[in-house]
Amino acid sequence: MAGAAGTALCLNWLVFGRLGDGQGWFALLVSTYLTFLACFFIATADRYGRLVATDRTITVVVVSAGGVVLAALASLVIFILVLGLKALRPGFFTSDQTGITPLLPSTEGGGSHAVVGTLEQTALSLVLSLPLSLGAAVFLNESRSRWRRPVRIFVDAMSGLPSIVCGLFIFAVFIQPHAKDAAIFGFNGLMASLSLSLIMIPTITRTVEVVLRLVPDGLREASLALGASRARTVWSVVFPTARTGMTTAIVLGIARCVGETAPLIYTAFGYDLMNANPFNGSQEALPLFVFRNVQKPDQTAIERGFAGALVLMVIVLALFALARYLGRDRTRRAAPSRRWRPRAPRPTQEVRP
Amino acid sequence: MDAETPVASPPRRPRVVVDEPARVDRVFDAVTFWSGFSVLVLLSIVGLFLLTSSGDSLGQTGLWTFLTRVEWRTDVQPARIGVLGLLVGTVVVAVIAVVLAVPVGVLAALFITDYSSARLRRVLIGLVDLLAAIPSLLFGVWGFVLLSNQMVPVSRWISDHFGWIPFLATEPNRDLTGSMFIAGVVVGIMVLPIITSVAREVFSQAPPGEKEAALALGSTRWGMIRTVVLPYGKGGIVGGTMLALGRALGETIAVALLLPQVPLVSKNILEYGGATVSGFIATHSGGDPFTVSGLMAAGLVLFIITLGTNMMASVVVSRSRSGVGVEL
Amino acid sequence: MTTITVDRARSNGTHPSPTPRLVELIGGPPPGAAAIEARGACAWFGDRLVLESVDLLMPAGQVTALIGPSGCGKSTFLRLLNRMHELVPGAALDGEVLLDGEDVYRHGRRAQEVRTRIGMVFQKPNPFPAMSIRDNVLSGLKLAQIKCHDKDGLVEQSLERAGLWKEVRDRLHQPGGALSGGQQQRLCIARSLAVHPNVLLMDEPCSALDPTSTRRIEETIGELRHQVTIVIVTHNMQQAQRVSDHCAFFLAEENEPGRVIEHATTTKMFSTPDDRRTLNYVEGRFG
Repeated sequence: MAGAAGTALCLNWLVFGRLGDGQGWFALLVSTYLTFLACFFIATADRYGRLVATDRTITVVVVSAGGVVLAALASLVIFILVLGLKALRPGFFTSDQTGITPLLPSTEGGGSHAVVGTLEQTALSLVLSLPLSLGAAVFLNESRSRWRRPVRIFVDAMSGLPSIVCGLFIFAVFIQPHAKDAAIFGFNGLMASLSLSLIMIPTITRTVEVVLRLVPDGLREASLALGASRARTVWSVVFPTARTGMTTAIVLGIARCVGETAPLIYTAFGYDLMNANPFNGSQEALPLFVFRNVQKPDQTAIERGFAGALVLMVIVLALFALARYLGRDRTRRAAPSRRWRPRAPRPTQEVRP
Repeated sequence: MDAETPVASPPRRPRVVVDEPARVDRVFDAVTFWSGFSVLVLLSIVGLFLLTSSGDSLGQTGLWTFLTRVEWRTDVQPARIGVLGLLVGTVVVAVIAVVLAVPVGVLAALFITDYSSARLRRVLIGLVDLLAAIPSLLFGVWGFVLLSNQMVPVSRWISDHFGWIPFLATEPNRDLTGSMFIAGVVVGIMVLPIITSVAREVFSQAPPGEKEAALALGSTRWGMIRTVVLPYGKGGIVGGTMLALGRALGETIAVALLLPQVPLVSKNILEYGGATVSGFIATHSGGDPFTVSGLMAAGLVLFIITLGTNMMASVVVSRSRSGVGVEL
Repeated sequence: MTTITVDRARSNGTHPSPTPRLVELIGGPPPGAAAIEARGACAWFGDRLVLESVDLLMPAGQVTALIGPSGCGKSTFLRLLNRMHELVPGAALDGEVLLDGEDVYRHGRRAQEVRTRIGMVFQKPNPFPAMSIRDNVLSGLKLAQIKCHDKDGLVEQSLERAGLWKEVRDRLHQPGGALSGGQQQRLCIARSLAVHPNVLLMDEPCSALDPTSTRRIEETIGELRHQVTIVIVTHNMQQAQRVSDHCAFFLAEENEPGRVIEHATTTKMFSTPDDRRTLNYVEGRFG
């Protein structure tokens, strides 16, 4: 097997020396890979027959596909880490872009205004959307209303709303016609939170609903059979059982919200200085900070943008890790056995179309 | 039913039983109903508003003209706006993304479900979920700063060797950065985790009995996958693809960074140029009411397309054998 | 009224074991076991009649076993008794269910109140996974808004009555899901007993358990006899014979709703039943 692989590799060197006609690394990679596969197939077929060779070759292909996914992830993380660390200094969290000119090194100035904006906007949108989405999720799963179907269809439809349209919608409804009348309808953090809520509501509703659905019906029956009202059942039995799953769902919803850029362009607008008041005046947010800076022509701005990207990535990773931690299967650590046990449900990663 | 009841016992009417809900239950019902209902109302408002405010520009331009005109100019009187140039770019980028991502994603899903050990599997599932949680902005800057330059020789190589395929040809000395191909590659990596996780979900539900039966008949692992897992997961693959397509169509920030966002219909996907609906909206903020109305109309068209794609995805998945328990 | 039923139960009993003094509850059901009687009970799922004209008296303080092949409406009948039937979408019913002589379906009577008085143990043990053993026992109080000044005493007494106290006294704060299947089921029994129900319904409580756990549950039923009226659905003839005072045989002919073919004392049902089908069933010739 190793011999076959070795032969294949040797052959590759010969072949790609002729095929790779100086067109960059990608061409080399593709031709190497293909010839490697061919050689591997021939070598294995010679020894074990075609059936086994097909099987083994496919194994190689499948493993390399897994490798591609990992490579993409690793490349992204390392790239942002390397470029971000270049400009990221503790000062990033204490200063804004006051007095920054393109000539100053990228380690000067910071993104504290962006961090504050992101925190405020995310918190506000969470406050705005959480009660509604929890209520809607409970409605979809625990009631017997005839309106469940239409609500479900609309929630599903809403989760397909392109995020940029959410921002544009808020802009057209509030900011454009009313900005002259009141600052609260100008470009500000609140408007950003409203548009983020439009994204968050369907996301959280859907994931929480999935989690609630995983709570075994037997528990609801047991509670009702003890003389509980339906409200009590949901509050004292369903919610505690689904608690880990629900927190995971909500944390992942926050993670999504933190990284959203598109809706902010039309609502928070972006600002280079600290504005801690989300109700008045345009405000920065981390994604906007990154988006605006990497597009600037000067190298230092791009580096600052990457410092922001690194902070954003760390926040998202931290939220993701938190979600994993909260959603970990606590029951698994109890004595392993095959007895029936209602597991605290865990949502799978919700994918927002 | 009545016909089946024996004549001896005439059909009986059930007794009407009422259980007066407790006060907490009445409050509970009201609260949950109104939150569910207000979500419904909220979306109706968004939809209606999109419709009415698109009305201005659509009324002036005409729906058909709007849908079929390529150019978007608001600096002339009367403004000439159309969505075709944007739509073509949107669809091309999304299709490139999905075409590239589907094989890799499906194979990666196979790797996770059928080729890795239980421990590695858990790690990999976590990593794919992580990949899905990374904001598209980060993919965007990654593609914008790193991949964009790295891909130029690739594009050149493709056009040199496959230039005989019409849409892969490039004119000499054209800029090959900022092409729809590169945007497609970046968006493809972005939708990779979606396809992988949906495919993984259905593959992992493939009946173990049938898998063991295939292996017991002397089939190789690949034979087992080909005869059991892939047919079983077909619906999931198609559904995941549609879902990824929906996401790719709506992707904003990465394409806003990568493409010049000038509407045109070009058949040279490897060359500089291209625009997508969402990217175009993102780069044209702060316009006059008419522009915003036009952008709204473009957004509405995009929304309808993504909605259709997503609905088809859920229908395909729920109709397939494997899709019953799969959450999209 | 309830005192009389308790007395009758005691005088009836073969065991002289006295009813223990129960920990006092505020707002709980009236004390003692209560007779429960179905009169002309019918049940539908949608348009399908699954149970027709069941008349059955389950005497206070005694164990009544419902036997019969699968799908003959035993479980439906059981759920009819404590108004769980109406929770199933499309379910309907007719007839009366008298608890202590009063119709539980009487207009204006609340299902919650009925269910507090009639406890239920399900086929699969279903302790609340998010609660500790202690909280599981006390969950009925919380869920039905019943107060108790001596919660520790109530926990001990309920677990004692369910025969679980000795096994779990040192780990009351561990999650209920960490117990074995049989222990979980007894925890569910303790949970039901904690609100001092007048009737306890058991829907095949041992079908998911191994023989040893089954025996423990049967012992528990034996100890609870006289304290509370027990109605148990079982597929196990020996079990019915071992634990019950009365038996009712349910049967659904093909394409027909379930009916009670015969009911009598357990001794009679298993030795000289009136109906051939009963004899065939108890002797294991079908079902």
